[in-house]
Amino acid sequence: MNIIVCIKQVPNTTDVRIDPVTNTLIREGVESVINPFDAYAIEEGVRLKERFGGKVTVITMGPPQAETALREAISLGVDEAVLLSDRKFAGSDTWATSYTLSAAIRKIGAFDLIICGKQASDGDTAQVGPGISAHLDIPQVTYVKKIEDISANAARVERMTEEGYDIVETPLPCLLTVVKEINTPRLPSIKGMMRAKSAKPVKWTACDIEADAGSMGLDGSPTRVIKIFTPAPRKGGEILKGGTEYVSKELVELLKDIVIH
Amino acid sequence: MDYLLTEQQVMIRDLAAKIADEKIKPVAAHYDETEEFAWPIMKILADSDLFGVYIPEQYGGLGGGIMDMCLVTEELSRACAGIALGFAGTGLGAIPILLYGSEEQKKRFLPDIAKGKRLAAFCITEAEAGSDAGSIKTSAKKQGNSYILNGTKQWITNAGEAEVYTVIAITDKAKGARGASAFIVEKETKGMDFGKKEKKLGIRASATREVIFTDCEVPAENLISKEGMGFIIALKTFDNSRPGVAAQAVGIAQGALDHALEYARTRVQFGQPISSFQAVQHMLADMGTQIEAARALTYAAARMIDSGAKSAAKESAMAKVFASDTAMKVAVDAVQILGGYGYMREYPVEKYMRDAKITQIYEGTNQIQRNIIAANMIKESIKK
Repeated sequence: MNIIVCIKQVPNTTDVRIDPVTNTLIREGVESVINPFDAYAIEEGVRLKERFGGKVTVITMGPPQAETALREAISLGVDEAVLLSDRKFAGSDTWATSYTLSAAIRKIGAFDLIICGKQASDGDTAQVGPGISAHLDIPQVTYVKKIEDISANAARVERMTEEGYDIVETPLPCLLTVVKEINTPRLPSIKGMMRAKSAKPVKWTACDIEADAGSMGLDGSPTRVIKIFTPAPRKGGEILKGGTEYVSKELVELLKDIVIH
Repeated sequence: MDYLLTEQQVMIRDLAAKIADEKIKPVAAHYDETEEFAWPIMKILADSDLFGVYIPEQYGGLGGGIMDMCLVTEELSRACAGIALGFAGTGLGAIPILLYGSEEQKKRFLPDIAKGKRLAAFCITEAEAGSDAGSIKTSAKKQGNSYILNGTKQWITNAGEAEVYTVIAITDKAKGARGASAFIVEKETKGMDFGKKEKKLGIRASATREVIFTDCEVPAENLISKEGMGFIIALKTFDNSRPGVAAQAVGIAQGALDHALEYARTRVQFGQPISSFQAVQHMLADMGTQIEAARALTYAAARMIDSGAKSAAKESAMAKVFASDTAMKVAVDAVQILGGYGYMREYPVEKYMRDAKITQIYEGTNQIQRNIIAANMIKESIKK
C-alpha cells in the first residue's frame, strides 16, 4: 500500500501572532513543529504500512527550514520525504496550496491513499485536504476517527460528526483527513532519528512539478485577506436576580428586545 | 554541566527524558500505588530502541556501552526508579551474556533483549546468601547434556516478567567459590517457578519475586563460559552494572530536587516564597552540588568501563556508594523542604525518599562497596 501524507510546519504555540501590516503569521522567534493534527496522519500512515507493507511518503510545501518537519516524520517511520520549496509558492492560499500539493502528488505517481490532518493549528481552515482531493478528482472522507477496514481497492472508515459518527465506504485511491481520536502518535525511535539525520529529502521547485504559473503563490490565490483581527472577548452575561415571577417577566422583556432589534 | 556526550548519546538522553516526562511521570503514582508492572511503558521503551543502547550493533543494538545505559537509567529514574528497573534490571541480566557469553549465546539472546521483546533478570541472591554471595546453595548437577538446577533465588528484580534469566548456581560444592557457574535459563523452562510478588518500601512498580528451581533441566549449551566461572562472572557483572545503580540514584536525586525547587519557588510563607530564605537556599545548593558530583563520578566510572579498563571495581563501587548516599540525603531534604506536603502521598516527593533507600542496599550494600573500595586502594598502594 502506497500512502502519501501531507504535513505542514506550524508555530509551536496556541498564541499565534499576526503582523498587522501584512496580515500574515509572525513566525520569528517561535519554534516550528509538525502541525499536531498531521502527527496523527503520519502515525496512521505508518501503522497501515506496518500492517500491509508498502511505503509512506511525506510531503510538505514550505520554506527550506520545513525540511526539519520532514526529518522528524522520517524519525517516526516514514520512508520518503518531498519538500516543495520555491519563492513562487509564497503567499499561497488554500486553493493554491492544494493545487501545488496535488501537482507534486501527480509527479510522485501511483498511490492508494492520501492522509492529511483535519486542519492546521495556525490557519485552522481545514480546506487543503479536501482541496487536494478535488484537484486530483478522487473521493475524500474528512474527520476520520477510525479506519475499520481497508483492502486493495476500498476502505470503510468512521467519520466523526457532532452527534456520533458515520460509517463511510469509499473506493481507493482516496483522501482521508483524520482527527486526533484516530490514534496515539508514537515517539521517535533512536534508529529512526539516526535514519532521519542522514536522509536526503527530495526537493522540488515549481518547475519540477510542472505547476501552472497562474495557479500558485499569491497570484494563483483567489483568496484576498482584507483584514485579520482578534474578535473582542465576549462580555459576561447578565444574571437576573429575584423571585421566579420577577425573573421570568424580566427575561421575556429582554428577549422581546432581542427579537425587535 | 557539559559532559561532552556524543551526538548519539545526546539523542538517547533526550529521548529517554521525553519518555520520562511525557509517558512515565503521569503514571508513576499509579504504578507505585498498584504495584503493577508497567508493561505499557516497557513497550514504549522497546519501540524507541532504548533497550538496545548498550548492546553491540551486530546483535541488533545501538552499539553504545555502560555510559549509554546510565544515561537512560538516570532519565527514567528521574520520573520513576521502579519503572526504570524494568530497563536497568534487564541490563543486569544481559551483562553476563555480553561479557562472557559465547558467540552462539549472544546471537541467540541479545537481539531480542536489544529490541525489548524479552526482558532479562540476574539471579544470585538467596535467603542465606546476600552480601556473603559465597554461601549460595542453589545447585546445578551435570546430567548427560544438561544441568539439573535445584534451589531458590530470592528478591529477584524483574522475576516473573523477564524471559531470560542468568543464574548463578553451584556445580562443585567442594571447590567453594570456584565451584559456582553461570547459566542462562529461559522462562518457559520446566521446573522453574516464581514465588509471590514481594511488597516493598519503594520501587514498587518493579517486580521482585523468588525464582524457584525444582529439578529444572537446563541444556548444557546454556552454561556461560565454563564451569567454575560463576563468581568471576558475577563480580565482573556487578563491576559493570554498579554505575547503573549510581545512575538510578542520580536520577532519583534529580527528580526529588526538581520538585523541591519548584515548590520552594512557589510556596509562600511570611509573605514571600520560601526560596528566598537562606536556610532553604543552602539546602538546595547542597543538594544540587552533591547531585552534580555524583553524576560526574558515575559518568567517569561508566566511561572507564567503556574504555576497556582492566578493572573498574573500585571506581564502580565509589560511584554506587556516593550516588546512592546522595540520593538518600537529597530525597530526605526534598521531603523536608516540602514540609507537611512532602510527607503526604498525594505529592510525589515521599516516593523519591522510599525509592532512594534501595540504592544503598542492592547490588552490594554500601558497606560491601566500601570493603571493595578499601581493598582495591590497599592493593594499589602495595603495588606502588
